[in-house]
This record gives sequence, C-alpha cells and structure tokens, in this order.
Amino acid sequence: MAERVLMKGNEAIAEAAIRAGCRHYFGYPITPQTEIAAYMAKKMPKIGGVFLQAESEIASINMVYGAAATGMRVMTSSSSPGISLKAEGLSYIAGSDVPALVVNVQRGGPGLGGIQPSQSDYFQATKGGGHGDYRMIVLAPASVQEMASLTIKGFNLADKYLMTSMILADGTIGQMMEPISFEDAEIEVYEKPWALTGTNCERKHNVVNSLYLKPDELEIKNLERYKRYELVEQNEAMWEEYMMEDAEYCVVAFGIASRVAKNAVAAARKEGIKVGLIRPITLWPFPVKPLAAAADKVKAFISVELNMGQMIEDVRLATQCKKPVSLCSRCGGMIPSPDEVLEAIRKAQKGAF
Amino acid sequence: MKTTQILIAGFGGQGVLFAGKFLAYKGMTEDLQVSWLPSYGPEMRGGTANCSVILSDMPVGSPIITQPDVLIAMNLPSLLKYMDTVAPGGQIFVDSSLIDTKVTRTDVQVFYIPATQLAKDAGFATLANMVLVGKVIKESSAVSFENNRQTFEKFIPAKKANLIDINCQALITGYDY
Amino acid sequence: MAEFKKPKSLADVPLHYCPGCPHGIIHRLVAEVMDELGIEGKAIGVAPVGCAVMAYDYFTCDMIEAAHGRAPAVATGIKRCRPDNIVFTYQGDGDLASIGMAETVHSAARNENITVIFVNNAIYGMTGGQMAPTSLPGQVTQTSPYGRDVKHCGWPIKVCEMLSTLEGPEYITRVAVNNVKNVNNAKKAIKKAFQNQIDGKGFSLVEVVSACPTNWGMTPQKALEWVESDMLPYYPIGVYKDRTAAKEAE
Repeated sequence: MAERVLMKGNEAIAEAAIRAGCRHYFGYPITPQTEIAAYMAKKMPKIGGVFLQAESEIASINMVYGAAATGMRVMTSSSSPGISLKAEGLSYIAGSDVPALVVNVQRGGPGLGGIQPSQSDYFQATKGGGHGDYRMIVLAPASVQEMASLTIKGFNLADKYLMTSMILADGTIGQMMEPISFEDAEIEVYEKPWALTGTNCERKHNVVNSLYLKPDELEIKNLERYKRYELVEQNEAMWEEYMMEDAEYCVVAFGIASRVAKNAVAAARKEGIKVGLIRPITLWPFPVKPLAAAADKVKAFISVELNMGQMIEDVRLATQCKKPVSLCSRCGGMIPSPDEVLEAIRKAQKGAF
Repeated sequence: MKTTQILIAGFGGQGVLFAGKFLAYKGMTEDLQVSWLPSYGPEMRGGTANCSVILSDMPVGSPIITQPDVLIAMNLPSLLKYMDTVAPGGQIFVDSSLIDTKVTRTDVQVFYIPATQLAKDAGFATLANMVLVGKVIKESSAVSFENNRQTFEKFIPAKKANLIDINCQALITGYDY
Repeated sequence: MAEFKKPKSLADVPLHYCPGCPHGIIHRLVAEVMDELGIEGKAIGVAPVGCAVMAYDYFTCDMIEAAHGRAPAVATGIKRCRPDNIVFTYQGDGDLASIGMAETVHSAARNENITVIFVNNAIYGMTGGQMAPTSLPGQVTQTSPYGRDVKHCGWPIKVCEMLSTLEGPEYITRVAVNNVKNVNNAKKAIKKAFQNQIDGKGFSLVEVVSACPTNWGMTPQKALEWVESDMLPYYPIGVYKDRTAAKEAE
C-alpha cells in the first residue's frame, strides 16, 4: 500500500491534478479554496507548469478555455460567487466541446453569502449555471481521499467526453485533513486531433467555436452533444450504498452531508430503525438506478442537504414520487447535526413529514 | 470500536491548529483513522480559532464534532462556549493560567493546568498548546506517548527541525504535571 | 510588376462584411504579414464577438472563437500552453475597450507575448450601430440619438494613450487605413507587432482606426474623409510605446 499522507482536501485536489498531468492552472483568490491556488503557485514552476493568477474569475475561465483548446489538461478552482462569474466560460467550453476541470469549493449564498460550507450550488452545477443546453459531469467528493481520486477521474472523463468535469466540494471537505494515498492514480490518454497546435501547413485549420448562425446546424451540434451526454448517463453514474440491504428507509446525501448522515444512520440502527444511505458520487449523471430500485423497497426517503432543498427534486424524479421524500437541511453555512438527521429519520418512520 | 473526538479551542495564534495537527499525525502513525477540521476565514485573523480532531479505529463519519470527548480550552470564551457540549464522562482540559473560571459540571473530569505559566517557566512561552496536549495524552487513552519526535518530523519541515526538541519538552512538561 | 494575389493565410471564401468596410483591408494586411513572416503554420488566431466574429472562417491558420471581450484571456491560455506558436487576437472597440477592458489591460500589464489587432471604428457594428467606448463626443448612434453627451455617458477612451502608461507592454501603436499611405504604414506596424512576438518581446497592440460606412450612415468615400477630419484628430496616429526603440535610443 502506498504511504498515507495527511493532507487538506484542497491540497489533495491540487496534488491529484498535477499527478493527472495538469500543468496549467488559472485562478483568482476566493475563500475557502485558496489552498489550491497556493499549492499550484508553489509546485507548478518547479515542474515546468504554469500557475497564473488572473485578473478575475471571468479571465481565468477564459484562459482555461484557450488552454483547453490547445489540448492540454487544464483547470481552475473557485467558490460559489466566483463560479457564477465563470458561468459564461463554462457555457463556451461546453459549446466548443473542449475538456476542462473546474473545482467549486462551495460556500453559503446567494450573493456574497458567507464563507462557511454549503451545497447550495447543486442547481447551478447540475442544471446549468451558464446559458444554453449543456451538461457538466459533476463529482461530489465526501472525503479528502475522494477529493484526490475524483479529480483524477474528472480529468479522464473530461477528455473522454469532451466536456467540463466539475468537482462540487464544500468548505469542510476543502479545509479538513485526512490521510490519503495516491496509489490508484490511473491516467487515461486520449487523442485530440481537434486541438489548436498550428496547422504546420500540413492540415486544414482547426477551429474551436461555439457560434452556429444557422439554426439547423446548431440543432445538429446540440443533438450530437446530447448523444455524448447519453453515454455519460449510461456509463458514468457513481454512488455508494450503505446499510441498504434490508433498509426500510433511505437517506440520500452527498459530500459532507453524507458523512453526517452516516453517523445518524448508525445511531438509528442502534434504535432498531432499518435505515440505509444512498450517496450520489456523481450528481450529474444522477444515480437514478439505485434510487429507482430503492423506491420499490423502502417506505420513505430523507434527502439531507446543506441548502433549502435542491437535490430533493432529483430524488423525487429518480423515484418517480413512488414514496414520500422529506427534507432534512440546514443552509447559509450551517451543517445539520447527526441528531437532527436522526430526528428526521424517526419522523419518517412515524410517517410524519 | 474506539473513537475519541477532541475539540481544541482558543485565540488565533495560540497554536490551536498546530496542536490538532500533532494529534492527527500521532493518530495516523498509530494506524488510526483520523480527521482534522479547522475553523477558517476572517475569524482566524486574531479572533477565536478551533480545531476538531477525531481519532478512531473505524472510518471517521462526520468530521464535525458536536459532542467532544475531550475539550482543550485555551481561553475563557472557548470554555464557556463548549463546556456544556462535552459528552458525559468526557474530559475538559483548562489552561488555568488564562482562565480562572471553574467548570460546574460534575459528570465530566476536569483538569486545570497552568499551561501558559509552565511553558513560560520552561523557556518555551509559545508552547502552552503542547503542554496541554501532553496532559491530554496522559489522561485520555486516545494515543500513546511514544514516538513523539518521529511524529513531529512528519510535519515540521527540516529547516525548522530545531523546534522539534522544545515541542517534545513541552509535551513532557504537560505529561508530567 | 508583382501579380496581385490573395495571401495564403486568407481563405478563399466570400467575406460577410458590408460594402466599403475596411475589415477586408485589415484582414488582408494581417494575412500578408503572416505570409511574409512564414508563420501561417504556427499561428493561432482568436476571433472576437463583433463584426469580425466569423474571422475564424477567413484565416487559414488554427482559430478559436472567444466570448465577448475575452480574447486576450483566451490568447493567454493558448500562449501559456504553446509558447512556440504565434497567437493573435483580432478585436473591435466594444470588445476590447468596453466589455473586455480588464482582459486588455491585464494582458498588457503582464506583457503577455501576444499580438493584438484592435479595430477602432467608433461604433458597435454587428448589433446595428450603438454607441461604442470610442464613439466621439457628439457622435450620433442608435443609443446616442442626440449625439454622445459626455456629461451623461462619459468620454471616449483613448486605448493607446492609456495602455502606454503601463510598464508592461512592449509595443503600442495607432495606425489608420483611410488612404494608401496609411494602409502601408498600418502593415508595417502589424508586421512589427508579429515580429515582436516571434522575438519574444511581449505584448504588442496595433490600434487600427477604421470606418463603418453602414452604421455611420455615410458612403465609403465620405466615411474615409470623416476618419481624417474627425477620428484622427481625437485618435492621433503614432507610436505610443516601443520599449525596444526607447532602450536603443538611450
């Protein structure tokens, strides 16, 4: 087994990105993700890479767009208000079918909001954020180890499907330290014949572009893109099931909320309540399969989130509203305690919503 | 299953995060599962700081501590804020050089250590944090008191290796108090 | 006498520009320079949002389409990944001096080793003739129908003058394409701006004072006269910064 090292979640993302072959990072300071930039600033010059602090989040995502178009592995990171500014670039990157990795270490919103952990950018990440028909692969780490492994996975998936992978983390996972190891880093390499390299006067020019003034052409482009998205939905959904074998109640939670929920599930089991947990690891594609299966088995779902109830809509869609779904949530940077989640489980057992 | 949840709280600059880091690394060298979670943001700039360390022989669930088994209070506001959250049967370690309030709960063990004074007298005035940690290791069963030096070496950079000696001494001062 | 041919760096497709629009001239100058410097195979161009939005169809080198104003940031990303390629942006006044001002100023401040072709025709052309950051005081546009009132909406921005106050950039110059002499000088400036990049000297910007007969509501002939009579007095032709030349003069 590779040696375990103690690392902050944010640092784990940065180190994993470097191990995934990322040599270009463009960003702008914002709490609570600055450790990523600091790590890159320190490491990149030593390994022949580029760390560049841009003048704004808007500039940094457009630098990412340009860099991605050259075929290089490239990333940026930010937190909620900064991701809103990057939304324009995310849409262009999607419309131009180039791969990129974007990290959102979420904080409470809306507006300037706060700096404490939150999951209130779920809608923004999974339903759009920028304009137009597009998707991003959204990966939700629940540990420092996953901050690293999903970053590497994110780069691989972005290259494979020519789209943005977003790491949707939160302030807690970003700031906390846990032991991790990097032994499983598997780097996939994809041909990029579309990349801007200069024609060398040997081939027709490559054009990276999202402008299609003829509506029929644009429609075809979008249909092609959604064919690719369909493959992502079929092949790439990831989730974890915990104590679901005999579960009569199912908690659904991702990221830091799932850690709290696990404590509550364990406590409820001690009280004799048969409850389990489904933890989506990909938020898009949403793990519909296990939830649909659970909907035929359990009596009720409890969606635990750090927002006013965003993922709960996808839980209802995935389960086709076959069973009641209740919400247990805190927002604004607050985190529900295991006791609060336990109480929500007890309520669900009593049929009280 | 054995899990110890340790909450360290005080002012920014008292070495709250550092003390937590030592415990986390110590746990890791003893093959425990560990998590270390700091408070962050503007309140860290000279205000109150706290740090949650969980040491367990099972995978750590939530890294957020709502009911600590061990509380290390390095200033009065922290003691007042967190003493009622300590689990029944838990332990509270108070730096009595800085806090003259007594804990009124009877269902917890309380240790009053004049850590700041002890550190000052021993010539490492800034290491009250590690004096307290020394006492915690003695009175709790969270981690052993062996291999402290090797643990420091894991996270103190080589160019600051001279700090390792005094940190080890500070631990001993607390352990022997 | 040399035969007049289309430069290799310019694609054999009809341009979409209005009759009398100098964009065709400026495209040609850029393409001629690329041919002469032999950089077509290494060049990567960044198209803007504005009238030149479809420039990616006109240049035969690799091209990318940027969001409005972001071309210098996109160019930065490309150049930092591929420092051996020749990266240029082609931007209008709304793109470069309004929505993209931060990207412009900061890429200049970083002395990013790119070439910027900045076409200033004092109006938003593609959207149909709105007031630009470079529209002249009193100039009538769709969104300044009573003439640009500087008390209400401020003064036009002199990009070269402003950028030349920065330590960063290598070469900042203003040219025009309203007569043969100026066109020839414009080409020299553009060539120097590309040569600077080849030599690793850094950020080079050529502001090309141009015309927009359609949205100015003038004949092409009249528009070129207006460049001379109204535009150039406000935006004087000249070299505003040339670090290498300044050093050599010392």
